[in-house]
Amino acid sequence: MLLKLTLNSLYARLLTVSMTIFAISLSLMLYLSVEKLRSSAYTSFTNTISQTDLIVGSRTGSVQLLLYSIFRIGNATNNITWESYQDIIEKDEVKWAVPISLGDSHKGYRVMGTNKDFFKHYKYRGNKSLVIKDGKYFSDLYDVVLGFSVAEKLDYQINSSIIVSHGLKSFTDHDDQPFKVSGILAKTGTPVDNTIIVSLKAIEAIHVDWSSGAKIPGQITPIDEIRKMDLATSNITAILLGIDSKLKIFQFQRWINEYPEEALTAILPGVALQELWRIVGVVENILLGISFVVILTTLMGMAAIVLSSLNERRREMAIWRAMGASPKIVIGLLMLEALIISCVSIFLSTFLLFILLYFLQPWIDTTYGILVTVEMFSLSDIYIFILFIFAAMFVSLIPALRAYWFSINDGMTVKI
Amino acid sequence: MNEETIHLDSVRFYWSKVADFKIYIPKLEIGRGEKVLLLGESGSGKTTLLSLICGFLSPISGDIFLNEQKLNDLKANKKDQFRSDNIGIIFQQFNLLPYANVIDNITLPLYFSKNRDSRVKNHREAALNLCRSLQLSASTIAMQANKLSVGQQQRVAVARALIGNPSLIIADEPTSSLDASTQKKFLDLMFRQIEEHKSTLLMVSHDSSISNYFDRTINIKDILVREN
Repeated sequence: MLLKLTLNSLYARLLTVSMTIFAISLSLMLYLSVEKLRSSAYTSFTNTISQTDLIVGSRTGSVQLLLYSIFRIGNATNNITWESYQDIIEKDEVKWAVPISLGDSHKGYRVMGTNKDFFKHYKYRGNKSLVIKDGKYFSDLYDVVLGFSVAEKLDYQINSSIIVSHGLKSFTDHDDQPFKVSGILAKTGTPVDNTIIVSLKAIEAIHVDWSSGAKIPGQITPIDEIRKMDLATSNITAILLGIDSKLKIFQFQRWINEYPEEALTAILPGVALQELWRIVGVVENILLGISFVVILTTLMGMAAIVLSSLNERRREMAIWRAMGASPKIVIGLLMLEALIISCVSIFLSTFLLFILLYFLQPWIDTTYGILVTVEMFSLSDIYIFILFIFAAMFVSLIPALRAYWFSINDGMTVKI
Repeated sequence: MNEETIHLDSVRFYWSKVADFKIYIPKLEIGRGEKVLLLGESGSGKTTLLSLICGFLSPISGDIFLNEQKLNDLKANKKDQFRSDNIGIIFQQFNLLPYANVIDNITLPLYFSKNRDSRVKNHREAALNLCRSLQLSASTIAMQANKLSVGQQQRVAVARALIGNPSLIIADEPTSSLDASTQKKFLDLMFRQIEEHKSTLLMVSHDSSISNYFDRTINIKDILVREN
């Protein structure tokens, strides 16, 4: 009976109530979507590279190594010699190894030299592999494979010609040795999308006429001659390693860090990603804080709306009292209202969120490489809902206590 | 007088914040089944007296008995319970929950009083019977309370006061918002129902012309002393 009458009462104030519900739903949805984006960004970020047990580079900090080897941000302080690479991959613990050579660029996109094992062993989001969208992996010396975004932004197709620049921001081009696009990778949402991949031999080839980082004046070796050369790699930038047993990872990491021939660093990608996220994640926390304040504001708004309608409803309170309702029931009625409003808001906000995500998910994925999962509530969402309901009940105590005070003092004498 | 429904003895009341309003009621007795008209101008303390009798207000000193129960002895929640068990209240106007339908409005007291609830077998049936007796048409009953005319609303309020047969009906100027012709019809219907239910009636009004409906007319000046 009480529930039915409360519903009747809310229905009678349909416009005000629905505006309130809508406002609360929107702010709740804002909070939920920020939270969702945050957790999805975290998942996407920490899944940038998976199933790689160790990343090896020259002696440096772990975040820096991660930044230049995986995110292609910044530069390596030093290279790894090919001898060290051979030493490492000959160890029994090493299941697989992928050499990476960085340094050159093309129109702001990094050029990465590697071998075909990269396509086999580079995994992201758990166990997803790189997939060729168009064309094939490189077979010729001057073949390149483009990351999804590179091809899209620069509008390259299969067989497009590419001139690689020396270094990252230089005006010297390797224009005597043009490359040809052999394949384009599918979207991954990882830095691979922004990478131009060539073979290690190609890296050597374009530097044939170079010595100590500068072009030897007047020397241009013809391409036919370069093709006949050995083009053995002498230096690489980083190594991705798969270790045959998880138990041996730490032991092997120590072995690399203590490698006597050369100063090397081995990092666990997961740990380094967490470390990096702690730096990047601050922004998300600020967003989260803002949407939290939005919820709080809306709740106060709800309390204000109930409070302002209370004078009109003073009469109603007197009727309830005359029927024998105790002041506690009067409080209960207002709390019940808040409960109904907040429950409806929760349902509406999740409904809106699902619709929003359903339409925005593909766009977010292609634009920011963040995979937002459209799933039912997670445990933390449910905590938030429970917390929200309690908060709603708590703020509605303000008008409820006022109604209590009215109903005690008014008795039969009600001014309208 | 054999049994008394209302008995006030040396009741004194004032608001702590309103200095110039102090009232003293030496004695007021209303017998079971009596229909009493309490005449008085507005501001004479009528509504305060009713609030005291209904237990909304507690006297500073003196005793109030309702059906031999001393109200002062009851705790607040027991008082609410006692009120819903024993008293049907009709206000001047705006008696009904505007958003609820007629039947829900009439049966609402039954929800708060087990006593009255136990006397009604079928809520809907009882409400419909009362409506029929009070000449509320079937189409009226289906409506939401705020769609009714004032006259209809007051009759619904009478039905609500009478349902479950509480021993005392308190009416605070129920006719003041009605015009002369509606007023007569309203009083005729109300009194027929009150006779039938054998309820005690205490009605407040400033209109002495309706005193022929009542067993007894009391002028508030004769029972209530203003102590300023």
